[in-house]
Amino acid sequence: MSVFDGLKFRKVTSPIHNLDPRIKFVYVIAIFVAAILFYQIIPLLVLFVMQLPFVFLARVQRQWLRSLRGAAFLATFIFVINVATTYFTSGYTLTAINIENAASMTLRFVVLVESFSVFFLTTSPDHLGLALETSRVPYEFAFAFTTAVRFVPVLAEEAQTIMDAQKARGLELEKGGLLKRIRNYIPVLIPLIVSAIRRSLELAEAMESRAWGASKKRTNLYALRLHKGDFALLAITVIIIVIAVYVHFYVAIPTIASFF
Amino acid sequence: MIEAENVHFSYPSKVEALKGISLTIKDGEFVAIMGQNGAGKSTFVKHFNGLLKPSVGTVKVDGVETTKSSVAALARNVGFVFQNPDHQLFSETVEDEIAFALKNFGFEQHVIEERVTWALNLLSLSQYRKTSPFLLSGGERKRVALASVLAWDPKTLILDEPTIGQDHEQKEKLQQFIMQMQAQGKTVVTVTHDVEFVAECNPRVVLMKEGRIVADGEGKEILTDPAMLELSSIVLPQIAQVFTRLSSLGLPKDIIDLYEAKTLLLKAKEKTSR
Repeated sequence: MSVFDGLKFRKVTSPIHNLDPRIKFVYVIAIFVAAILFYQIIPLLVLFVMQLPFVFLARVQRQWLRSLRGAAFLATFIFVINVATTYFTSGYTLTAINIENAASMTLRFVVLVESFSVFFLTTSPDHLGLALETSRVPYEFAFAFTTAVRFVPVLAEEAQTIMDAQKARGLELEKGGLLKRIRNYIPVLIPLIVSAIRRSLELAEAMESRAWGASKKRTNLYALRLHKGDFALLAITVIIIVIAVYVHFYVAIPTIASFF
Repeated sequence: MIEAENVHFSYPSKVEALKGISLTIKDGEFVAIMGQNGAGKSTFVKHFNGLLKPSVGTVKVDGVETTKSSVAALARNVGFVFQNPDHQLFSETVEDEIAFALKNFGFEQHVIEERVTWALNLLSLSQYRKTSPFLLSGGERKRVALASVLAWDPKTLILDEPTIGQDHEQKEKLQQFIMQMQAQGKTVVTVTHDVEFVAECNPRVVLMKEGRIVADGEGKEILTDPAMLELSSIVLPQIAQVFTRLSSLGLPKDIIDLYEAKTLLLKAKEKTSR
């Protein structure tokens, strides 16, 4: 469940938390695009390091590290697959460049996880919903989205309880071969899905009984307004994109392997 | 026998749920653990089958430290029925649900069939043998969950809030059933808020507050001590409330048993009519 922990929002005030969610999202998308633009390791490293100040400014280092740890398994998988395919397709040889390419593919994934993690760690579900609404997403969808985000930690906790209940009935999740291990999760997944469905039906009834959707035109208690910091971040985002595109088209990026 | 010694436990979120608990539960005892929400009751009993391991201190079940054994091995002797049956039901039929644990523990096929039939009868669920557990009512699902644990006949039974969502008849059955288990020399530990249920069953009561044990003794003593109950936001059982208000008549205050109450009141009536 550590992956979920890395996405769980906690109420803290920091310069990053106070930023407008829309601008933050644009920034995340910019990082996303930049990460996709490059397959060389040096720019990806730069992208990775560039986000560290955000993490520290927002004081979410610990949760952020946890989300990276949660992504470690998939990252290892990406690395191994990349190394293996080049190894088998290039006639059973492996050069430093091949390893470096595999590493940059992995790093690209890590950068994506990193930026999304910072976004979700520092943006409250309420802000997120508000941002969606002001971006003309129909209220029903915005609400469904924020509710889904809000219920992630609840579901994670429920999954833990279910695992405990089944372990108390002698289920050993870590026993057996790979297939058996996957099968071991059936007694956990079924109650989890059933209770999620049941919960959503109850939630729907509770919402209807509180007159959800009664008025067509909604107003909000809090309005999103752009501040100095938001414009600064927007400027940074534009600079990132411009530099990234420029470097991508006009600069020959050296590989680390070429230095040796 | 369950021995907890100076048990401390903190959740990963750094919340210290248990702050040094020592408690010994002997074989064949019936213990009710009470206290307000967040007192650490459920956290504490989850140590008895190794679901949680103490951060400091030790928990021993029949002399074996829980840290040196797996949950599956401990569960064979300590059955744990969770509060919400929906957290465990997943099979297509009630029968399969009950057989699940038996298969995990490696019982033989004919023994499994025997034990399933036995457990179904015990909780009057036989007519639902082939029904999907998801189609049953809340109370019935709770009974299926209980049956699925009883089926392997554990030496100790832990019940987390067994009376929630049960009608009066089922509560009474549950009470009879606990008495029956006790007659067989089994240990029963229940976490509950239901004072009336505790008053009727009259077990040993352990009162918890903020991760500590604040009282441990006979139900009659603890459930009639207003100061103690105030401390853990529990109300007196109704009989005790009546007797507290009647204390000016020279009646004792520490009464929770219906039969005892009736005898005392009849005596008092005789006295006044004479």
